[in-house]
Amino acid sequence: MKTSLKKHITAIIGTVAGIANGLFGAGGGTILVPALERFIPLDTHKAHATALAVMLPLSIVSAVIYTLSNQVEVQWLTVLYVSVGGLVGGIIGAKLLKKLSAAWLNILFGLFLAVGAIRMLFA
Amino acid sequence: MNWLWYILIGLAAGIVSGMGIGGGAVLIPALTILLSVGQREAQHINLLFFIPTAIFALRTHVKEGNIEKKGLLKLALFGVMGVVPAALIAVRMDANWLRKGFAVFLLCMAVYELVKGYKKWKQGKKNNLT
Repeated sequence: MKTSLKKHITAIIGTVAGIANGLFGAGGGTILVPALERFIPLDTHKAHATALAVMLPLSIVSAVIYTLSNQVEVQWLTVLYVSVGGLVGGIIGAKLLKKLSAAWLNILFGLFLAVGAIRMLFA
Repeated sequence: MNWLWYILIGLAAGIVSGMGIGGGAVLIPALTILLSVGQREAQHINLLFFIPTAIFALRTHVKEGNIEKKGLLKLALFGVMGVVPAALIAVRMDANWLRKGFAVFLLCMAVYELVKGYKKWKQGKKNNLT
């Protein structure tokens, strides 16, 4: 049982990340990075880079399905504005990363996510 | 003035994803809670937002040889097998339920981050004492 699970772990990780990406339009990387670190195992740097390489085709497939579905009001202008901010933010984030203590970063981010989740559940 | 909000939310999501945590976890709740964007629309915006960012970052990673090629094709192939049915469900299912499902997923991420932070904090404390 254990060895067969190990044999299929790559397939399982890929499928679960795909389901998250398709269903929630996010979160594939959140699953992939720790899963690649733990089960393959890859070091953190390689896990991040490899997760991105997997997420790119998945996100393209998801985005095409969402766009063509007629169920989603496509907001190109919003994408443009968000991306402008995102580009600048990405550079700031990469620089900040070296300056903040990792433990507090995780705790702050965790609290932030919890507040968001609770608001979304009960709003 | 909504465009300013969009840029600011993008900025926050970019900072978080630049730190390697996952911008979607910031972008999607911010768009739905602060700007009343629909759940499905917010998810779609996040997917589109991710694509150029990922291409940009991947170019650096390829140059630096950070991508593990062994198993990559298998990961992506099974990923696509997961993504297609899931996306087809996401565009059809009730947006309210989709939002609740996303919130549960977010809550799991929150617990994971908090546990990770606590472990690191404990580790750091131990290292300081010795």
